[in-house]
Formats: sequence, structure tokens, C-alpha cells
Amino acid sequence: MNIYAENILDHFKNPRGKRELADPTVSHEEVNLACGDKLTIHLKIEDGAIKEAAWEGSGCAISLGAMSILWEKLEGMKVKNATEMSEDDIREMLGVPISKRRSKCAFLCLEGFKNALFDLTP
Amino acid sequence: MSLDLAKIRLQFPILSEFAYLDNAATAQTPQIAIDAVSDFYEDSNANVHRGLHPLAEKATEAYEDARQAISKFINSKYSEEIIFTSGTTESINLVARSLGESELKEGDKIVLTVLEHHSNITPWLQLKNRTGAEVSWIDIDDEGNLKMDELDSILDEGNVSLVSVTGLSNVIGVRPPIEEIIKKAHAKGAKVLIDAAQLAAHHKIDVQKLDCDFLAFSGHKVYGPMGIGVLYGKKDLLESMPPFQTGGGMIRSVSAESFTCADLPEKFEAGTPPVAEAVGLKTAIDWLSQFDWKDIEEHEGKLIELAIKELTSINSLTILCSKTENRKPKTENRSSSIGFTIDGVHPHDLTDILGEKGICLRAGHHCAQPLHERFNVEASTRLSIGIYNTEEEILKVKPAIEEAIRVFE
Repeated sequence: MNIYAENILDHFKNPRGKRELADPTVSHEEVNLACGDKLTIHLKIEDGAIKEAAWEGSGCAISLGAMSILWEKLEGMKVKNATEMSEDDIREMLGVPISKRRSKCAFLCLEGFKNALFDLTP
Repeated sequence: MSLDLAKIRLQFPILSEFAYLDNAATAQTPQIAIDAVSDFYEDSNANVHRGLHPLAEKATEAYEDARQAISKFINSKYSEEIIFTSGTTESINLVARSLGESELKEGDKIVLTVLEHHSNITPWLQLKNRTGAEVSWIDIDDEGNLKMDELDSILDEGNVSLVSVTGLSNVIGVRPPIEEIIKKAHAKGAKVLIDAAQLAAHHKIDVQKLDCDFLAFSGHKVYGPMGIGVLYGKKDLLESMPPFQTGGGMIRSVSAESFTCADLPEKFEAGTPPVAEAVGLKTAIDWLSQFDWKDIEEHEGKLIELAIKELTSINSLTILCSKTENRKPKTENRSSSIGFTIDGVHPHDLTDILGEKGICLRAGHHCAQPLHERFNVEASTRLSIGIYNTEEEILKVKPAIEEAIRVFE
């Protein structure tokens, strides 16, 4: 199956949740040093859960498509559950095989999201 | 006489599967050089120098023959001016550490250009942090030519110790006027290092004619093995410089309190050197040297011209540093590499899709972030050629790019 599946291209062309967020609890920028892809993830946390999420950034179709697909799952998620998310969860969400050479692109969103949560820990 | 490409390609079985257009990252190695490496391990393997058994003598001879071959390749006056390193990166780090820390002081200047690869930037930034020396930058114009008036004014300000400049940009293929730079720098008492990582595979180098003080290149980019590179330095300079790394192989004597260094070139070759790689590099260079530079330049020039014609016929594609009126870069000072971007298609996506079709190009910043910042782009795609590439391979690129563009429309 091609990595440029319809749903990934759709998310790349019409990204969900790509905007600024007023008064976020945390904002975290994640950069793929190998290629310059950049994602900034904003989260508003209330009562141990993600009340609102948004993101901004630039990069390839895989890194931005994956970010948009991940965003759809974030709002309402308990922080505790969020910290346990793994690369396999992202693979499942994308539904296409991720080659080794594209794994940095595909998992940049997860890295950024988890580091945003890490920034929250006191 | 033109190159016999069919015969050349027989030396590179790997090319039957791919249109390999990523030669600026690494060039493929001819079978004769691959065989030379394995033959060395089969017939001559021993550590070099100071061994009195026949195998040690054989290995030492092979290693020193390789040095002679490199000396001839770049026309150095003495073979001991050739230091084997692990690659261009180590060669430049050697100069930055050895010359830099022994000679440079606060307020001295190192001059770089915005064209440089990170390996000709970061060793000097480290040196700046250690010594308080300053790093000054020369910009390029919109066509990628160095602004020579900026070099003039920096040199006029004084205190320039070293100008370290690429002989050929690894992203846009522009060739800075290194002879002129060397003359100007020397007139003001500054030394010059040429990063020839890209230059060495595509154009003749004559270090005596150039009169550069140092020149660095990597084996794997001139069709040799990975893991070996060369630093050329003028003999009197290398003699006056302190050692870079110390340990086995580079000493004359060691006591409990101190040590003295061996003569050149061993002084700068601490540890067991890459002997098999040196043998492979010599074989690759001997193989390359059977061709006339004129023929190589003519063949590669035609390929670059064709690639520019093909790429510029794609509307959404922009070649970095091209003229605005016809979107084409000037070809007279370009060779071997073309960097470009496409509206709406990220270089990673493009090269992944091309890769699936067996067309190998590279995406990213190509270890030249300051240059990409200068263009205000985060990443680009690079097409870079070698002696064995054909017009048929270049002609495969445009339709594949157009197909990729359609995916993202």
C-alpha cells in the first residue's frame, strides 16, 4: 500500500487543528533536525485531560498529515493515557506501512506531543 | 575523444538498478577499486610501518604507493604533504585544531562563505569559541556568485588569518573563483584552505598552480571507498603545526613525562591508518585518471545543461540561484549539482516518490543550513551527477517529478 494513501493526502491538503491557540497550558516546538520539518503543538489542559489542542508547522506530507490525524484524537484524551501513546498507535492511525526512511517524518508529531506533555511535568 | 559510457558503466554493476543522481553525497565505486580493497585483505593485510615481516612490508608499500598516487593526482610538490584522514571533515578539523589553536588569537579572523558545507563551518565556530577569533562571512549574489567586494573589504580591515572556502558548492554547483581568492588572501598575509570535497571528482586540481595552503577532500566522493580522506598542506606549514591527535604511529619517542613527534606525514596520522581504504582510493584514482579532465567536464557539462533544460520546463519548479527572467542558472560556472524546490511538494515527499521509481536524488538542507537560510527555504532537492551518468537517466527525472506533482495537486 502506498504511503500517500488518500486519507494522508486529505489531511495534508486540509489539515485539521492547524491554528494558533489562545492561552495554552503548554506549547512545544519539535524540529526534525535532518530535514527542517517543524511542528509546534499547543495544549490546553484542564482536570487532567486535554481540553483543547492545536498545532502549527511546516514540513512534508507525512509529517503534517500524521500531525493532523493525531490531532483528531487529542481533545478529551486523559493526560495519563496520552503519555502512554506509542509509535504503534501512530502506525495504526495512519494505516499505511511506514518505511524506516520515513519514520522520522511520521513520528515527529508523537515526539512533539509527548515532549509537550513532558514540559508539563513539574 | 568522448567517454565510452557503456564501458565505464561495466565497472558499476549497482547502476543497472538505479538512476543514481546523488553523487554529491557519495559516488559509486568501480569494481576494480572494490576488488583492490578485498585483495588487500586477502593478500597483503598487516599493520603498516615498523613491522619487519614480509606482510608488513607489503602493506606499508601499498599504503605509501597510495600516498604517491594522491600526490600525483593533485600535483603536490612532496608526497609527505599528503595526510590521510577519515574524510574532508577530519581534514578541516585537523587544520582548525592544529593551526587554529597554535596560531589564532582573540581578534584574528577566519573568513567563510555562505556556500559552505557544515564541515567547513562548525570546526571554525568551535575555534571561535575556544580562541575568541572572529568568523566573517561572504555572501553570494542572486546567481550564486560570491560577492568578491565583501572579501576585499574584510581583507582590507586586516587581521585575517585564514580564508576557508569551497571549490564547488555541494548544493547549487557554483564554483567560486578560488585562484583569485587565494591571490587576494595571500596579498594580505592570510592563508587559504580549499574544501575540495565536491571539486575533486569533477575538475582537475593542481595545488602548486593554485598555491592554496591547505586542500581537503574525501575518498568516497572521488569514486573511492568511504572512511578515507586527504588533507594537503604546504610542507613548511605542516612542519610548523602541532599534532592533531596523538598516540601510536605519530611519535618519535615517548617517555613517562613527554613525547616527540615523528616527521611528516606520520606526525598527523595517529593510530592505525585506513590502509585498505587507501589502496582502494589509489585504485579508484588510477581508474579515474585514465580519462581526460576535458572529456569528463564536457560530458558532465552536457548532463547538467540537459538537467537544467528539463527541470526548468516544469512550471512549479525553481532552481536555486537561477536568473529570474528565464528561470535558468548560468551554466558557465556551474557543475555537478543542481538544487531546486517545487511549490506544493516537499523535497522529502518528492525524493521518496522518485526513489520508488529507482531514481535517487537527495532531499534536505544538504548540510548547508546557512545557504538554505539565505534562500529562505527549509529544504531543497538536489540532483548531482557523476562520470557514469547518462542522458537517458537525466531524461527519466522530469516525468517522474511531474507524476509526483500530480499526487499533491
